[in-house]
Amino acid sequence: MNPVEVLRFAVLGLAANKIRTALTMLGVLIGVGAVILLVAVGNGSSKSVQASIQRLGTNLLTVSHTAGGGRFGAAGQGGALKDLTPDDAQALVDKTLAPHVESAAPVQTTSQSITYAGQSVTVSQIVGTTPDWFATTNHDLGRGALFGTEDVTARRKVAVLGSTTVENVFGTENPIDREILIGGIPFRVAGVLETKGGNGAADSDDTIVLPVTTLRDSLTGYGSLSSIAVRATSSTDTALAQDEVTSILNNRHRITGSAQSDFRITNQQSLLSANDETNKTFTVLLAAVAAISLLVGGIGITNIMLVTVAERTREIGIRKAIGAPRGAILGQFLAESTLLSVLGGGLGVAAGLFAARFEVVGITPVVVPSSVIGSFAVSVAIGLFFGGYPAARAAALRPIEALRHE
Amino acid sequence: MTGPDAGRPAPVIDVRAVTKSYGHGAASVHALRGVELTIESGEYVAIMGSSGSGKSTLMNVLGCLDVPTSGRYLLDGLDVGRLDEHQLALVRNRRIGFVFQSFNLIPRTSALAQVELPLSYAGVRGKERRRRALAALDLVGLADRTDHAPNELSGGQQQRVALARALVTAPALLLADEPTGNLDSHSTAEVLGILDRLHDAGRTIVIITHEDEVAARAERVLRLVDGLVVADHRRPPVRASVPPPTTSVPVGASGPAVPFGACGAPGAPGAFGHSGNAGEGAHR
Ligand SMILES: Nc1ncnc2c1ncn2[C@@H]1O[C@H](COP(=O)(O)OP(=O)(O)OP(=O)(O)O)[C@@H](O)[C@H]1O
Ligand SMILES: [Mg+2]
Repeated sequence: MNPVEVLRFAVLGLAANKIRTALTMLGVLIGVGAVILLVAVGNGSSKSVQASIQRLGTNLLTVSHTAGGGRFGAAGQGGALKDLTPDDAQALVDKTLAPHVESAAPVQTTSQSITYAGQSVTVSQIVGTTPDWFATTNHDLGRGALFGTEDVTARRKVAVLGSTTVENVFGTENPIDREILIGGIPFRVAGVLETKGGNGAADSDDTIVLPVTTLRDSLTGYGSLSSIAVRATSSTDTALAQDEVTSILNNRHRITGSAQSDFRITNQQSLLSANDETNKTFTVLLAAVAAISLLVGGIGITNIMLVTVAERTREIGIRKAIGAPRGAILGQFLAESTLLSVLGGGLGVAAGLFAARFEVVGITPVVVPSSVIGSFAVSVAIGLFFGGYPAARAAALRPIEALRHE
Repeated sequence: MTGPDAGRPAPVIDVRAVTKSYGHGAASVHALRGVELTIESGEYVAIMGSSGSGKSTLMNVLGCLDVPTSGRYLLDGLDVGRLDEHQLALVRNRRIGFVFQSFNLIPRTSALAQVELPLSYAGVRGKERRRRALAALDLVGLADRTDHAPNELSGGQQQRVALARALVTAPALLLADEPTGNLDSHSTAEVLGILDRLHDAGRTIVIITHEDEVAARAERVLRLVDGLVVADHRRPPVRASVPPPTTSVPVGASGPAVPFGACGAPGAPGAFGHSGNAGEGAHR
């Protein structure tokens, strides 16, 4: 018996029962396909969150004012809590005291409805800041112009709009140099930001950026800033930058060791790794679900193989009676189960890769190569073992025992 | 391979004190209780006996499908008990053709493929295999049914496919366990006609039967009772006086000279050299 003959017997054996063959292959196909797709979805969602954090810049630090948390401290220390001011932001850009801070910008946020051509539109966020903010937070100009330092000092009423806001307010109209009313005050649209894209509910492109002075003058008043955006020289320097910012602000706000701090610093890097953690959990969960489906598929193959061999023990008896060597019988059954699982697994890989090209619940799946190799290998291994083992047992029987098998 | 007296060839079948029991202890059944039997090459032997007397058990031992509990079985002088698994497979493939009462064809497989099967296991390649399988099917009068699966064939046709499968490797020894037990008189006549012709060509044939007409074809009738051979009659076969019923046997049409040579057997009585074209070098 040469291998070609063995293979021929295997193909004949599979062809002799097409429905059983098809069902077994379907089981493997679904198992393998599910593993590949689910792992790809998990990986894709983690990739997209990472990308959106990356877009903001991993070297971004945010200094925010502890407004709520400071109340106890304020009572105890008689209003020792200081506001975050544009001067604080200015003080952070200091090459000697803070060599790892590249830029910093004050951020005052508010939300206001705006009016254009008699239509009122709500905008998620109105930001008042300095021109440094654009570079600090990785915002690029799309059309028109950004406002400059003079616009800030002269308190000009100019606005830079996010792309979503432009779409909501102007539609396809050119917004540059149009006048919009923010809180009843007319502003000239100077420019439009490039679309950043984003994830989830908060659309970072639905925003209006104004000079901080103008905003504080006419809309919010002169309380504490909402935050200060700080850019470290590189993403590896964020910890150093954070220390420098802390010491400068502590100094300016006269906060000593024991005193309550009135600001808090968050950094994108830690946000990223925190997100990474959640996403890993998510991916692991999906992978577990996928592994279970592969297991169920595997049990399916196992079951069908066992039934097949039991059903075909008589046939094995006949083959032995007419002089089939054990190796030939074993080879045939091994080849059958290998063909089944390789074909089923191969189709599963194809199906998984194909399905991963489509968006699933808003997530673009990103295929993980090891999941493809792993699930394929597992399905082939299951097929080989559970096809080979019972066949080996049946082939070891005396012909008459196999023939009498019920 | 030959016995101690090198002058005469060893008997094809030499069974010495063979017993076979099933089960253990009080519940054990002694199907064979010390059978002694020799069958010379070229003999046509019928085994008779009541149901449960151990005929099939004996036949399975003779066909190397089962092993005796004790005793020795020499096939053509070769002690079968000493053969390993691989050698046994070769013996079943080359030396013995076995026909079962219940046909034992492989389901969903065409008649041609069934008959090709033993040749595949013997290592015969595609074209030659096909030619010999077709010749064997032609011999049993089924040249026009080669593509039919067992469930598309009548009982008699299925038994003839099984017969063709047993013959295709040209074994010197043909064992048939009630080959006509499930057949009507017409099909019985067809199968017996084929056996007669094989006997004429020099094959050794052992057949189990309950029917006297069938046993009458043989030249020697053994009677089994409770696992022992109690009678052993030799007589000239009935067939010698009565011409074979060629009119009712389709194989007669294929001509007397061709068919046996066509399936590879030179027809020399009892010669194991038949397996030569199937690659006898493989044996040991
Ligand atoms: N696998 C087995 N396990 C237990 N007992 C068995 C087995 N096979 C056969 N026997 C017993 O051995 C005895 C002989 O059986 P065997 O099949 O040889 O009878 P037989 O002569 O062929 O009968 P029949 O003419 O009905 O076919 C019977 O009593 C039977 O019950
Ligand atoms: Mg019987």
